[in-house]
Amino acid sequence: MRANNVLGLIYSNAYDSALPEFTSLRTMGSVPFGGRYRLIDFVLSNMVNCGMSKVGIVTKNNYQSLLDHIGSGKPWDLSRKNEGLFILPPFASRTSGVYENRIEALKGNMRFMARSNEEYVILSDCNVICNMDFTKLFDAHTRSGADITIVYKNGPVPKLDDLMTFGFGADGRVNEIMVNRAINGDANYSLNMFIMRKSLLQRLINEAMSLHFDSFERDIFQRNVLNLNIRGYEEKGFVRVINGLKSYFDANLDLLVPENRRELFKVDKPVYTKVHDEVPAKYGLGSEVRNSLVADGCIIDGTVENCILFRGVRIGKGAVVKNSIIMQGTMISENVSLDCTVIDKSAVIKPGKTLIGDKSYPIYIGKEIII
Amino acid sequence: MSLKTECIAMLLAGGQGSRLGILTKKIAKPAVPYGGKYRIIDFPLSNCVNSGIYTVGVLTQYQPLELNDYIGNGQPWDLDRANGGVHILSPYQQIEGTAWYKNTANAIYQNINFIDRYDPEYVAILSGDHIYKMDYAKMLAYHKEKQADCTIAMLEVPWEEASRFGLMFVDDEGAITAFEEKPKVPKSNKASMGIYMFTWKKLRRYLLEDEANPNSSNDFGHDLIPAMHDAGERLYAYPFDGYWKDVGTIDSLWEANLDLLNPKVDLDLSDTSWKIYSRSPTAPPHYVSSCAKVQNSMIAEGCQIDGSIDFSVLFANVTVEEGATVRDSIVMPGTVIKSGAVVQYAIVAENAVIEEGAVVGERPEAMKDRADWGVTVIGSDITIGKNVKIKPKEMIDKNIV
Repeated sequence: MRANNVLGLIYSNAYDSALPEFTSLRTMGSVPFGGRYRLIDFVLSNMVNCGMSKVGIVTKNNYQSLLDHIGSGKPWDLSRKNEGLFILPPFASRTSGVYENRIEALKGNMRFMARSNEEYVILSDCNVICNMDFTKLFDAHTRSGADITIVYKNGPVPKLDDLMTFGFGADGRVNEIMVNRAINGDANYSLNMFIMRKSLLQRLINEAMSLHFDSFERDIFQRNVLNLNIRGYEEKGFVRVINGLKSYFDANLDLLVPENRRELFKVDKPVYTKVHDEVPAKYGLGSEVRNSLVADGCIIDGTVENCILFRGVRIGKGAVVKNSIIMQGTMISENVSLDCTVIDKSAVIKPGKTLIGDKSYPIYIGKEIII
Repeated sequence: MSLKTECIAMLLAGGQGSRLGILTKKIAKPAVPYGGKYRIIDFPLSNCVNSGIYTVGVLTQYQPLELNDYIGNGQPWDLDRANGGVHILSPYQQIEGTAWYKNTANAIYQNINFIDRYDPEYVAILSGDHIYKMDYAKMLAYHKEKQADCTIAMLEVPWEEASRFGLMFVDDEGAITAFEEKPKVPKSNKASMGIYMFTWKKLRRYLLEDEANPNSSNDFGHDLIPAMHDAGERLYAYPFDGYWKDVGTIDSLWEANLDLLNPKVDLDLSDTSWKIYSRSPTAPPHYVSSCAKVQNSMIAEGCQIDGSIDFSVLFANVTVEEGATVRDSIVMPGTVIKSGAVVQYAIVAENAVIEEGAVVGERPEAMKDRADWGVTVIGSDITIGKNVKIKPKEMIDKNIV
């Protein structure tokens, strides 16, 4: 793969509505995950690790936290004189306002695409967590002679708006695409990562706009299933799709399984994120920590079991925290008892409080809430 | 041409730190890891940035490779700047031939041209091997207030330790009246911290004079500052009362790390108003498993803990297997401690492997003669074989199988 021949385009806002709790203040891309990451870190690192050097991040709303996280792109080595990272906010011209769908979003960035020299483009959302090798995707795409290759997973289909599922013909081509199909059981479902020639994407977008099409899935993929050579690329590694609080909760706790961590945090393909210069975590006398991921800057004096603690979390003496995701800078005071909770950034749980959710329905406490 | 800068810092980072033995075999002392994720040089560099000094010359000489690599363009400290920033200053070839930095004053003398480019009023001379948090801006304000030519940071040390330091006698105004270099019987407990603020015009003149003096050993404390004092220049002591440690020996390095676990010690690295910056490793949060037991310790990212950890500092990506014990020890990045091994009262350098059942170090209580006790040191990339016992005070720089 000539990596500098592939342009990356990431939708930071796709499926914001699936996680309304988190995304009232941020984009899907800037949802915290795994103790020190934001969801966008995974796809961004995947792109950088295979050598791609130009990535555009398509934003729509609430993108302040994303900008703060991404900065100049330095942590991903994308702060460059040539190429590098581009934030693409909505660009209202005479013909378009703030975009409503993927097609319009891309239409607004046609100039960015036209100015890029790359021959191919990889499109991706942020709500899929995986460490995948885009070089292999590129090789599969070019070897098969496909017009478009869709990254897919076979398994129980997550509930997501406009999610595509598909079947293959004998020649390996995708011969049927369903959108929003109600399925019980396993199917091939799209991870919403696509590779194609940039010129093809430009053509498809222009056609769709001229016909007032508005659905990327229905009007571009479904309509063209027989005209275009669409193929699939199956990702068999650790993949988690975030489609709601429950899946977010589960995906975090899945990181407590060593095998999952090995697949997601590969030594030769690290996941990069913004550096915070926190002190290593401090464990006090009498602290008890079992089966948990703990980030820098935490100060632990209580009991922690099956938890993900983000940077700078404090657990007071006598507190017992189980099966919980505690985000950056949150303070769990003395003698607090938590089970099955997701607590957003910089919250404070005052001494002696008890919050108990259920594994099937964790309690969510918002950013900067004081209980 | 660079912009005129009021105050720049020159950081002496060329020292070998020979008393740190095998830990400084391949790296200079300022590059020695400290506190779970830092290197010693992070402290003066972060102090500079937090004090508003954005032009820093780092003078390297001994084993500079790792240090140069670590500092890089200075980005982790916000020192990658269009004006100023961090500059690595190594000895270079001149028309009269090649000269190593002979001593501290000579090292600055050889970089007069560098300093002149910024045309500073003041130059801070710092040492790259101390652990402390200090606001140099306050020291500079003091220097100006006293209209001093040279201000020396001063710490009151316990009398029983005073004889290890260069001592000063100070009058009520803070003016230095006399010096005493490591006396057997100290008459003062006011020690020089090796941190100096000079008025550049004065320093420049004395550097030239010092260099021209064939009897001088070209050392700040030994030659240049006494010469200024003898000539009647205005020398002042700037009192400092925070945490300060010269990690010159294995014992002091071990202590300084464990000081971070002592709530009584006045060194808070989580103070957001005075952050210590470092080049951070790219690693996920550390994992503590169900069979692990962690007490009173500091653990950095990327570690995998299945064993028992007590009163220790673990750097990034350390693995402690089930049934292994680490107590009262410092374990540097990437080291693996296998099942059943015991590491106690030890410093284990980077990427070492302690095999199953090996025992490194000994508790002082278990010694027949306490005089034989000391911290054990395992060098970087060393393997200690199965069931091998390493005695206290030993320094291991060869694989023992």
